[in-house]
Amino acid sequence: MSTDTLAHSDERIKAEPFLTKLMKRPELGAIGGVVLVTIFFMITADSTMFTLSGVMNFMTPAAQLGILGIAAAMLMIGGEFDLSIGSMVAFAGMVFGVFVVNVGMPLVIAIPLTLALAAALGATNGMIVLRTGLPSFIVTLAGLFVLRGAALVGLKLFTGGSTQLRGIREAVEGDFLAPIFSGDAFGFLMRWLAEAGIVDSFKSGVPKVPGIPVEILWFIAFAAIATYILLRTPIGNWIFATGGDSLAAQNSGVPVRRVKISLFMLTATAAAIVAIITVIDAGSTDARRGFMKEFEAIIAAVIGGCLLTGGYGSAIGAFFGAIIFGMVTIGLTYTKFDQDWFQVFLGAMLLLAVIFNNVIRRRVTGER
Amino acid sequence: MSAPIIHMENIKKHYGNVIALNGVTFDLRAGECHCLLGDNGAGKSTFIKTMSGVHKPTEGSITFEGKPLSFGSPRDAMEAGIATVFQDLAMIPLMSVTRNFFMGREPTKGRSIFKRFDIETANEITMAEMRKMGINLRGPDQAVGTLSGGERQTVAIARAVYFGAKVLILDEPTSALGVRQTANVLSTINRVREQGIGVVFISHNVRHAMAVGDRFTVLNRGQTLGTATRGEINAAQLQDLMAGGQEMAALEGSLGGTI
Ligand SMILES: Nc1ncnc2c1ncn2[C@@H]1O[C@H](COP(=O)(O)OP(=O)(O)OP(=O)(O)O)[C@@H](O)[C@H]1O
Ligand SMILES: [Mg+2]
Repeated sequence: MSTDTLAHSDERIKAEPFLTKLMKRPELGAIGGVVLVTIFFMITADSTMFTLSGVMNFMTPAAQLGILGIAAAMLMIGGEFDLSIGSMVAFAGMVFGVFVVNVGMPLVIAIPLTLALAAALGATNGMIVLRTGLPSFIVTLAGLFVLRGAALVGLKLFTGGSTQLRGIREAVEGDFLAPIFSGDAFGFLMRWLAEAGIVDSFKSGVPKVPGIPVEILWFIAFAAIATYILLRTPIGNWIFATGGDSLAAQNSGVPVRRVKISLFMLTATAAAIVAIITVIDAGSTDARRGFMKEFEAIIAAVIGGCLLTGGYGSAIGAFFGAIIFGMVTIGLTYTKFDQDWFQVFLGAMLLLAVIFNNVIRRRVTGER
Repeated sequence: MSAPIIHMENIKKHYGNVIALNGVTFDLRAGECHCLLGDNGAGKSTFIKTMSGVHKPTEGSITFEGKPLSFGSPRDAMEAGIATVFQDLAMIPLMSVTRNFFMGREPTKGRSIFKRFDIETANEITMAEMRKMGINLRGPDQAVGTLSGGERQTVAIARAVYFGAKVLILDEPTSALGVRQTANVLSTINRVREQGIGVVFISHNVRHAMAVGDRFTVLNRGQTLGTATRGEINAAQLQDLMAGGQEMAALEGSLGGTI
């Protein structure tokens, strides 16, 4: 705030304490959650969880979910849901597998084609939602089944009856694009740090963590770009406006339809990116890929401060929401607790986040 | 007197089998406040929605600055200089005042992919424009949801004026407001009119209309009952006209002149 505005300040307005200001940020809950979960595992888990390799261990699933979660958050801020993204991971994985294994395409063709196909399906979702005026919840629920089924049928068709398509790693081996979508990056940095004794290494001198898994870099890039778009571009303002009140936005000249369709394309494309990364990593794809991910992505977005009613939320929040997810799934294996507590935790966390968000919203709108 | 900025001739609007407007003629000159009065469901909102590009009239013609015109969307109308503050305010409570102020027309800096929302400039302009209207914001990031009804109306009006409106349409800006806030909005209307902007002011309340209006048009069941100039008509006559004349006089008698 500039001094100019202070000079004109109204006598009825108390100076706002820093803490109150912080309380109004949508991502506050998720950051608090990360702190709590970290403290919990610091106490209960084996100390190896927070070594570099331990962190990479939980950040990898967090990243895979987070890419979906950030896209889901942007769509939720825009006022819609996409329940088809989990199935889209399976479908895009199948398509990508067929492209590289059965057709033998190089990645430079297979990847853009897969992404374009996913984007087109996302646009179709958006178009149906806008045309019919039905809730996106129900339209994309249909997509959830259609795409899952199509992935299964497609796999059986192209493998001659199997539900798993193998040989993907071999097919992409040596492709110049492969390092961007698979394996570890910054290997040289890790070796250098190992030599300098900054990171742990095996006796042979090879660092214990060979590099940063690429999905983590994708995840960070996604969060940074999404945050920039939401907070610092006109498009970001349009997304908030569209989700806040699409009619008011439309009347103010915001291209609401274009915003919504683009967001549906984004969630579908994000699912395809996750599919490509995880399929190359696993070397095969199957029909169960991405199972339940649509719900986990929405939960990450909600933990991250997105309101179910749209118009409010943050990409950074979803980023931390996904990290909480990763920490708990993997973290429980470092403890003596039964791993299946995970689901209990998930439900509890979701409920807490929704209650907390409701309070935050009332604060933002001046408790009315 | 100057030629009208906008002239609407014999506008008809049907919603399916509902006849919302059945031939309304209306014009507006620069720097005047033309009040549109009428009872609930008279068709006031529908009429101004045809003026602001939300609906296409079923029949009738619109002349804007001497040229025939047909708006495809609210955006076209806005770009031509017709700004509307809708009854159901085009404001988003969860968003900040600045973000609402510039919604759909964000100032940018930088080029091509580095083009970004110039939030600092936007904040400064918002604070300055709001101060001109007599409202001190806590900060440009204050959410619109925390503003009072009158303050929200003022943000909407300030926004329209800032973006160079030649015609400002206000749909019942005072209907939900208390005495002081109503006075604020009415004085804002006055200020806007003095800048040479034509104001269409819709109201149920004859007294509010009389306070700022230069001309008064009464709508009843989708038709105009005529236009009167300030001084030609008094509040009681307007009230009668709005209610459709006779029945109201009888009702008023039984209520002892309290309406
Ligand atoms: N979208 C619509 N579809 C069908 N009928 C409509 C629609 N919008 C308005 N109407 C009808 O048109 C008539 C005029 O409505 P309008 O909203 O213009 O009234 P108004 O004069 O603004 O009333 P108020 O003072 O209550 O705001 C009403 O009978 C209404 O029911
Ligand atoms: Mg109305």
